[in-house]
Amino acid sequence: MFEATAQNRNNRKVEGLFRLLFLWMTCMLILPVALILGVLVYRGGPAISWEFLFTQPLNNMTAGGILPALVGTVWLVVVALIASVPVGVAAALYLSEYAPDNRLTRAINLAIINLAGVPSIVHALFGLGAFVIFFRFGTSILAASLTLAVMTLPVVIVATRESLQTVPLAFREACWNMGATRWQTIRKIVLPNAISGILTGVILEVSRTSGETAPIMFTGAAAFIPFLPQGVLDQTMAMSLHLFVISTQVPDVPEHMPFGVALVLISMVLAMNGISIAFRVYLRGRKKW
Amino acid sequence: MPELAHAADRRDAAWWVDRAVQILVLAGGLSAIVFIAGIFVFITREGAGFVFDRFDFREFFGSPRWTPTSSHNPTYGALALIAGTASVTGLAMVVSVPFSLGAAIYIGEFATGRVRETLKVLVELLAAIPSVVWGFIGLSIMNPLIIQVFDVPVGLNVLNSGVILGLMAAPIMTTIAEDALKAVPDTYREAAEAMGATRWQVTFKVVLPAARNGLVAATLLGVGRGFGETMAVLMASGHSINLPTSPFDSVRALTATIAAELGETAAGSDHYGALFVLGIFLFLVTFAINFAADVFVRGGQRKRRRRGRRPAASANP
Repeated sequence: MFEATAQNRNNRKVEGLFRLLFLWMTCMLILPVALILGVLVYRGGPAISWEFLFTQPLNNMTAGGILPALVGTVWLVVVALIASVPVGVAAALYLSEYAPDNRLTRAINLAIINLAGVPSIVHALFGLGAFVIFFRFGTSILAASLTLAVMTLPVVIVATRESLQTVPLAFREACWNMGATRWQTIRKIVLPNAISGILTGVILEVSRTSGETAPIMFTGAAAFIPFLPQGVLDQTMAMSLHLFVISTQVPDVPEHMPFGVALVLISMVLAMNGISIAFRVYLRGRKKW
Repeated sequence: MPELAHAADRRDAAWWVDRAVQILVLAGGLSAIVFIAGIFVFITREGAGFVFDRFDFREFFGSPRWTPTSSHNPTYGALALIAGTASVTGLAMVVSVPFSLGAAIYIGEFATGRVRETLKVLVELLAAIPSVVWGFIGLSIMNPLIIQVFDVPVGLNVLNSGVILGLMAAPIMTTIAEDALKAVPDTYREAAEAMGATRWQVTFKVVLPAARNGLVAATLLGVGRGFGETMAVLMASGHSINLPTSPFDSVRALTATIAAELGETAAGSDHYGALFVLGIFLFLVTFAINFAADVFVRGGQRKRRRRGRRPAASANP
């Protein structure tokens, strides 16, 4: 029989206290960021207009807009996606559908963890040494995007692998029993059921790629280029580097401009993540099994 | 039916396609290993000249004098840079480890339903904020704030970058720690609850000890993140070479040094090589941290599997 003894009441009080403590801790992680976002919107909001987004920078970047940086970021992201999505999906297919539980698989997993964990500036050194110098791409969109592609490969791999693994084994077994090969099973059964999960991973990679600065600083992005890139061997401006440059390197930038750039950049990134999350929630809602 | 068995055995086009795909996806899997090896090979290749000609172990790890641009006597002592990175990362961990673990416990053990999903989404969004934006926040919001509150001349210092870095590392630690808590089988909780334990008793006496390895891995990955962070530290730490004695000293981090100086060096010069040697050092340390985190996660998995339980979530990013 349950009795509300002194000990029980005390336990309940302690539990309530701990609950509050942990809730407070969680809020302490989220509230400062919410405040910061508020400040960015408050101080950067007035800077944003169609003109700001779609005109060239003027007067040594102290006036005008951010068009070349926006276009440059789009170039970098698109080329990086073209390079990394096929490789990432292939790697995830291997890990999820083929890999036996052996040393090689463990080594691949460790390599993926490390690709995600190596400092971004080390990726920059790698991009410089490998793509710019060794493969002679020069400082170009191609070199910068390939560096970004290597760096964000784990994002695609992990998201794809997770979504492949949510497809029940029974689906595959049913298909195998009809005499289908592994690849036929993957193409007709596994991929159609996992494609939307893979897409959320790709969206996450877009978000990640568009915010990175260090890996592109020495491989293809430049502080100021007065025209739009024409091909993958051109250098380009980028949003993230533009924010760094106008907030630290250029004197006499009116205060609202870097806030405006930061706001545009963070809105892009959070919008991408938001889409990815909404997509995931929607998919979970209509899952058939 | 022998003809059916024969038909299934035929190496037709589909069989060969299957084979080709198998090799292709294996290549995709191997590419991760190729890239990580490539990173090491290429940064070593660029740094090798410096290592053989100029590198002095005692100077590099023992001297705080980093003066690569001095015309008559350039010195390459990385001690102050290492101290800068260590102080910033250390402060970041002091700030963020308790809060991250607390948040993970709240999300994993106390929150339910919609609150829990919302918090998880928010934490995920925090992790998405680009590091250059964090650096800008340090520069333009935290800097004046610190000057005003603590009445110090410069607000770009260990405190500023430590707090920024703590906020940056927290979402990752929270997510991985929460995974570790989730991996503790519910039967453990049910057993404890059946003995009359309250929620926090279950958490402290049963769940946390069982998830210990995963929590250590989460902390390690947070350290790795702080250690390797570049833009935020470059912009918020003050970037002056210093052996810090207080949180209000400006410091310079290893990563920030590479980012700031690489653009101004001639390829192949001593200075250029020295920056790549810093890169090799960063690579090796983060590799060791990630490897250790992986070992901890696997240790936890093996123990639980031995007891015939569901394996823990992995520490994958």
